[in-house]
Amino acid sequence: MLGLLTNFAHLSGKTDPVILGAQIALIGGIIAVALVITILGRWRWLWYEWLTSLNPKRIGVMYLIVAFLMLLRGAVDAFMLRLQQTIGSGGGEGFLDANHFQQVFTAHGTLMIFFVAMGLMFGIINLILPLQIGSRDVAFPFLNSLSFWLYLVGVGIINTHLIVGGEFAATGWLAYPPLSGIEYSPGPGVDYWIWSVQIAGIGSLLSGVNFFTTILKLRRKGMTLMRMPIFAWSVLGSMTLVLFTFPILTVALALLALDRTFAMHFFTSSFGGNPMMYINLIWAWGHPEVYILILPAFGIFSEIVATFSKKRLFGYTSMVWAIIAITFLSYIVWLHHFFTMGAGANVNAFFGIATMVIAIPTGVKVFNWLFTMYKGRVRMSQSMIWFIGFLFTFTLGGMTGVILSIPPADFQLHNSLFLVAHFHNMVIGGVVFGYMAGLTYWFPKMFGFKLHEGLGKAAAWSWIIGFLVAFIPIYMLGLMGGTRRFEKFDPSLGYHPLFVVAGIGVVIIGIGVVLQVTQLIYSILNNKKLADKTGDPWDGRTLEWSVSSPAPEYNFARLDEVNYRDEYWERKKTPAADLVKYKDIEIPKGSPIGMFIGIFAYLFAMAVIWHIAWIAALSIVIISAFVVARLNDDDIVKTIKASQIEKIESSYGGM
Amino acid sequence: MSNTDREDEQMREEKTTFGFWVYLMTDCMLFAGLFATYAVLRNNTYGGPSGFELFNQKFVLTETLILLTSSFICGLVVISARKKDMDRLVRYLAITGLLGVIFLGMEIYEFRSLINEGNSWATSAFLSSFFVLVGTHGLHVFVGIVWMLLLQWQLLFKGFKPIVLTRVKLFGMFWHFLDVVWIFIFTFVYLLGGLKL
Ligand code: HEM
Ligand SMILES: [Cu+2]
Repeated sequence: MLGLLTNFAHLSGKTDPVILGAQIALIGGIIAVALVITILGRWRWLWYEWLTSLNPKRIGVMYLIVAFLMLLRGAVDAFMLRLQQTIGSGGGEGFLDANHFQQVFTAHGTLMIFFVAMGLMFGIINLILPLQIGSRDVAFPFLNSLSFWLYLVGVGIINTHLIVGGEFAATGWLAYPPLSGIEYSPGPGVDYWIWSVQIAGIGSLLSGVNFFTTILKLRRKGMTLMRMPIFAWSVLGSMTLVLFTFPILTVALALLALDRTFAMHFFTSSFGGNPMMYINLIWAWGHPEVYILILPAFGIFSEIVATFSKKRLFGYTSMVWAIIAITFLSYIVWLHHFFTMGAGANVNAFFGIATMVIAIPTGVKVFNWLFTMYKGRVRMSQSMIWFIGFLFTFTLGGMTGVILSIPPADFQLHNSLFLVAHFHNMVIGGVVFGYMAGLTYWFPKMFGFKLHEGLGKAAAWSWIIGFLVAFIPIYMLGLMGGTRRFEKFDPSLGYHPLFVVAGIGVVIIGIGVVLQVTQLIYSILNNKKLADKTGDPWDGRTLEWSVSSPAPEYNFARLDEVNYRDEYWERKKTPAADLVKYKDIEIPKGSPIGMFIGIFAYLFAMAVIWHIAWIAALSIVIISAFVVARLNDDDIVKTIKASQIEKIESSYGGM
Repeated sequence: MSNTDREDEQMREEKTTFGFWVYLMTDCMLFAGLFATYAVLRNNTYGGPSGFELFNQKFVLTETLILLTSSFICGLVVISARKKDMDRLVRYLAITGLLGVIFLGMEIYEFRSLINEGNSWATSAFLSSFFVLVGTHGLHVFVGIVWMLLLQWQLLFKGFKPIVLTRVKLFGMFWHFLDVVWIFIFTFVYLLGGLKL
């Protein structure tokens, strides 16, 4: 009746202080938030304005909040890992044994990629993309809310083991079989991992369908593809990759789950199973995934550099082609993740060269940004500091990447700390810096007030310096032969001093995070002083700056045709004085069904993890019922009256 | 011009259809992943039976013909919807679904007899990949049948609302897509797998 939960008692027997701390923090946090909402009497507001909202601007903010909370958890994990390695390389025991260390880096990697990076990406896309292409909404508003809830379900599943006790996967963030098979990982840890990633992944896939359609079908009249802002282009490239690769992730995870739950033999080490097939599938998704994350960051920088240099983006057409080339190339390089696994010299050569070729379009983009700044009136705002940090660190990471793409070199560096330094170079220097830049740039558009500059700059510098101090030593340790995923190193190897330096770097990054939190709190408290009344605080070039900050629910009161690439920039030169009457606007009503489906998706996952067939089946039936209810509902739009629009528009006096 | 800025029907239909095409493409990728896995594992019988020993091609050919017929009738469904011929629409839709049910029944029968003979998905990697590839298609057919029932219901209660008509069209796309996937399964799994190489 209760599946594996029947033996639950033996799991919760042993509590260790780390888990206990996490439990107290999590449960305490949830209770505290609930209390505050109750005291403020905000439940109704939360329900109608946020949880059931189909407005992409609201959904985007929810993504951002969750992603930030997960960033904090992922950073705590990272801190524990480094602290352990620092102690463990000096001869100490440390506080994490091998098994716990493995669980922590698995959780860290999974959280950071799926729930931090992806969350920040979809948050920013939701908030900015429709505005940038001059649309009032995304193509499928309900699907968008469903995607968010599935993402949140993934977050819930990966954090569940902290509350109920038990273990998480100790397999690394991609859970290679046969280690992740039932034979070698019999506990529920890998199942938590599978279903967390699977459900969040399906959410991302649905988002991919949604934004791909939005970009291709909902652009403002007159906005041809070659007039589309580069950020929108980069999202188009990223979403194309989502469409082509997330189904492969779905397959890989599903087959692994079938192996574990139904004794199938896809990836087992006997009965004819083939673990290499999993490794191919997971990387056919995994490599494009890093480009899914980095392309929008490139797009963000293109917008920022043009705006803060007060110049048109240099080489627009070549930027577009670079995006297209990267989208295509990133799909045919996945094998560079396992050069050492016996594919043979010719195959390795092909994938090695294909990998190196990606450096070319990437280089094109870097030079375009530099030429945009050249002779521009560059303003060193906080977004630009992130850009400068990105430029140097990302170039460094690109070069170490090219080193790794040479198969003979990779035979030495595979699974070493050099690799760890390389990919953190890309994900911190590229993805994190990019999204932070985007957040500071569009923050006024999202919330109506700017973030404090000084604190922001200090935070950015802390991240940049902290990153270098934290990861240059890791490069060196890798070259010295240090292997990744170890919690202890023999002191005679002499790794300890470099780990200490790296640890200092992590502390500096930590200071950066603290500064960011301070910046956020300070800016919220001083939001009157930092308010953006014009809607265009940076003298922007694209359509999102043509509406008030934050944008009204309907985005644009009027749908004037687009005639230029930098449409808003041109409009500012020749302000139109015509007074067209506003019309009523129809927008989607809120719906709680996305959340309900999410709740039962969570229940379904838990039931599968704990082998409770009847709950799993029931959840599927209920989910289907909700889908049908939604499809059968014809009353899904509400109207905003023209008079109301007139009031909203005149209160800010925009155009 | 009306006084409301609302998405017009044509735009709604266009974006929905496009979005559905995009979804079908992702589903295509899903099947591509399963096909690739099957291709890699199909000879890994681990001493157990191979496709040559297991597949009954006459039976599968019958299944195929039934699915093809239902796909043809599904074409008539879409045509009747365009002509707004409710009688034919409902009737053809029912026949499409019925043939789908027969197809699915035959597939379940095939699976059951394999399992009863001791050749379940746990026997070898080959059989795991066979059951999952064919079963995933079967699952899609099942979803299609449920969808068809809901369409009947909506047609009954809502009549020719534009949104219902769009859904009939999407259902047609979905059903034809499943047909195409099945042709691939028939060719690569049953025909080629049935050859003694
Ligand atoms: C905040 C600064 C960060 C620090 C100090 C840090 C530290 C670490 C450490 C110590 C490891 C384990 C290395 C080993 O295996 O020896 C690790 C692994 C990893 N990190 Fe980070 N990390 C940080 C940020 C990030 C970010 C932002 C991402 C992704 C967006 C990320 C993704 C990963 C991944 C995918 C792994 C591999 C996990 C595995 O081996 O399965 N990290 N990180
Ligand atoms: Cu790669």
